[in-house]
Amino acid sequence: MATDLLQRTRPPLWRDPATREVLYQVLFVALIVALGAFLVHNTLVNLRRQNIASGFGFLDREAAFGIGESLIAYSPADTYARAFVVGLTNTLYVAALGIVLATVLGTVMGIARLSGNWLVRKLAQVYVETFRNIPLLLQLFFWWGLLRETGPAPRQAWQPLPDFFVSNRGIAFPTLTPQPAYHWMALALSIGILAAIAVHRWARRRQVRTGQQFPSGWVGAGLIFGLPLLVFLAAGAPLTLDRPALKGFNFVGGHEVSPEFAALLLGLVIYTGTFIAEIVRAGILAVSRGQSEAAMALGLRPGHCMRLIVLPQALRVIVPPITSQYLSLTKDSSLAVAIGYPDLVSIANTTMNQTGQAVEGIAMIMAVYLAISLLISLFMNLYNRSVALVER
Amino acid sequence: MKIKGILGALAAIGIGLGLGATAHAGPTLDKVKQAGQISCGQGTGLAGFGAPDSQGRWAGFNVDICRALSAAIFGAADKVKYVPLTAQQRFTALQSGEVDLLSNNTTDTLQRDTELGLNFAPVVFYDGQGFMVSKKLGVKSAKELNGATVCVAPGTTTELNLADYFRANKMEFKPVVIEKRDEVLSAFFSGRCDVYTTDSSALNADRLSQAPNPDDYVILPERISKEPLAPVVRHGDDQWDDIVRWVVYALIDAEEKGITSKNVDDKLKSDDPGIKRMLGVTPGMGKALGLDEKWAYNEIKLVGNYGEIFDRTLGKDTELKFERGLNNLWTHGGLLYAMPIR
Repeated sequence: MATDLLQRTRPPLWRDPATREVLYQVLFVALIVALGAFLVHNTLVNLRRQNIASGFGFLDREAAFGIGESLIAYSPADTYARAFVVGLTNTLYVAALGIVLATVLGTVMGIARLSGNWLVRKLAQVYVETFRNIPLLLQLFFWWGLLRETGPAPRQAWQPLPDFFVSNRGIAFPTLTPQPAYHWMALALSIGILAAIAVHRWARRRQVRTGQQFPSGWVGAGLIFGLPLLVFLAAGAPLTLDRPALKGFNFVGGHEVSPEFAALLLGLVIYTGTFIAEIVRAGILAVSRGQSEAAMALGLRPGHCMRLIVLPQALRVIVPPITSQYLSLTKDSSLAVAIGYPDLVSIANTTMNQTGQAVEGIAMIMAVYLAISLLISLFMNLYNRSVALVER
Repeated sequence: MKIKGILGALAAIGIGLGLGATAHAGPTLDKVKQAGQISCGQGTGLAGFGAPDSQGRWAGFNVDICRALSAAIFGAADKVKYVPLTAQQRFTALQSGEVDLLSNNTTDTLQRDTELGLNFAPVVFYDGQGFMVSKKLGVKSAKELNGATVCVAPGTTTELNLADYFRANKMEFKPVVIEKRDEVLSAFFSGRCDVYTTDSSALNADRLSQAPNPDDYVILPERISKEPLAPVVRHGDDQWDDIVRWVVYALIDAEEKGITSKNVDDKLKSDDPGIKRMLGVTPGMGKALGLDEKWAYNEIKLVGNYGEIFDRTLGKDTELKFERGLNNLWTHGGLLYAMPIR
């Protein structure tokens, strides 16, 4: 009887849970879209009313301002678009170097925090607790001030090694003058790397099949370093250095690392390194002691035990949070604007101020950081999938 | 959860509408009168032009322009809120209505007048860009600066003139671009750069007020640009534009007519029809601007004429000791020429 009633009286439409659910979601999305459209429309109307230029036409105009350091050729006669690309490459450069160095530093410190040696353990702890708890911006000002104030003027530059000069303008060091042979060496290097990977795979398959070991590490190193060396010698060892020399106000020739870049890199690496150290430590501690004990009992050496048993399991805990740290580091690099490193934000700021087109400039900055972050996420997620625990 | 989301969206729309409403607000004068004060965009502190003194009160040449405006509108010189802005923040702050005008050494240029949606009041200070270097370098002319590292603030005409000058003279330079003025200065004085460049008046002020030892630095003789510095208002409010314009003209005109803060009360009895019109003895000018007839009287009485302001903040009564130079009346060989108040 009761079931009969329930079946016959369907609730009115606005009280039907299924309909209501769909209705709310449609309504919500519509509101968001309307809000977005309203804001865009309102902005455009207001800009037009105040006669403020809009659109991306300014990108083709001459930038007319100088940029202190650039990985690609740039002069004030280039366009705003090119200046923007200079900023982008500067950001990517410092972020990429920062990620690599922070990972190395963080891993070393994370393992040091678990060291049996009291001094090493405590030093690592002091490092982590100090630099993790000071705002990054302050650290940047500190490093920048330190590099600027302690360095001598270029004419009295320190010379720790021949052709290395340290001054308050940065560190100047010699670089190799490009030679045609270097292209062939690069080719030899890539062949060497591919061959080393092939040898390693073959050795591993053979070990699984027959139990026989093969010194694939040594052979691989020989292939990677030996092949380019052979090409280098065969080409008659062409080696000329582009040496820095004091000419007028500054060092000319070679490569110069500015105090701004050095301070930014140092700050980012040391700050992010603390977080990575904690993540690494947590990852290693997450692998139960029984695992390594079992490995030892089977007769694996400590190195093998770490590489084959502990690390693969630790990585699965380490990789996801470390992705966040890489993202943070990349975004934190925008603090460069405070200490005068010409990163993306710094150059976009100048552009916005010279053209007055703040809305477009901010939109471009946001789009670029979003794209970089999504790319990092994508690669790290792919990597994560390859190290994740495969359950059977 | 969903209800909360909808409420959030509604709140956001409310904020959006609110923003829209402020952007459409009526003429600036009404807003200023309602608020009881003028919001005056200043720089982040430049000796002589505009900086807080030891008691935290803003003082300086640019500050006095805003005080004169306040006197003309309210009959009191202190109805001003000073908003310190960096070179990069200033235009957005003005465009968005956060400040009612900029009085902070902004150079009048075509692009700012048009694409940035701004209007410039008459020029209050004629300046030109210069270079400051350490004496130790032994540089005598800007032409010797090839290869130098130059400290400069971003988003300024200075940054562009610098690049133009080095390009025109086929020289190379390395800019170090830092947003905050005190950071630029500390970078220069610590030796990070060979050269510091900005308007020469500011170079002088910084050399005297910020350098560890002013005698260690010299300002090179070249003036590489014209920098006409003027107060700035938004496009689209002609009445406010007019008020700022004529408040500045009145300061200059008063000096030309010999009216000072000390003798302005005597001048009320003057027979000169021009002075009578200006001081509101003969009514009409104030009404035309939408202000009290005493607008110019109050300005001069409470703040002084252009010459008095200059002497008090930048000129002979200060440590800066600027010459009047271009900033003298046209009758004394300068460029200051006020339109007739009639």
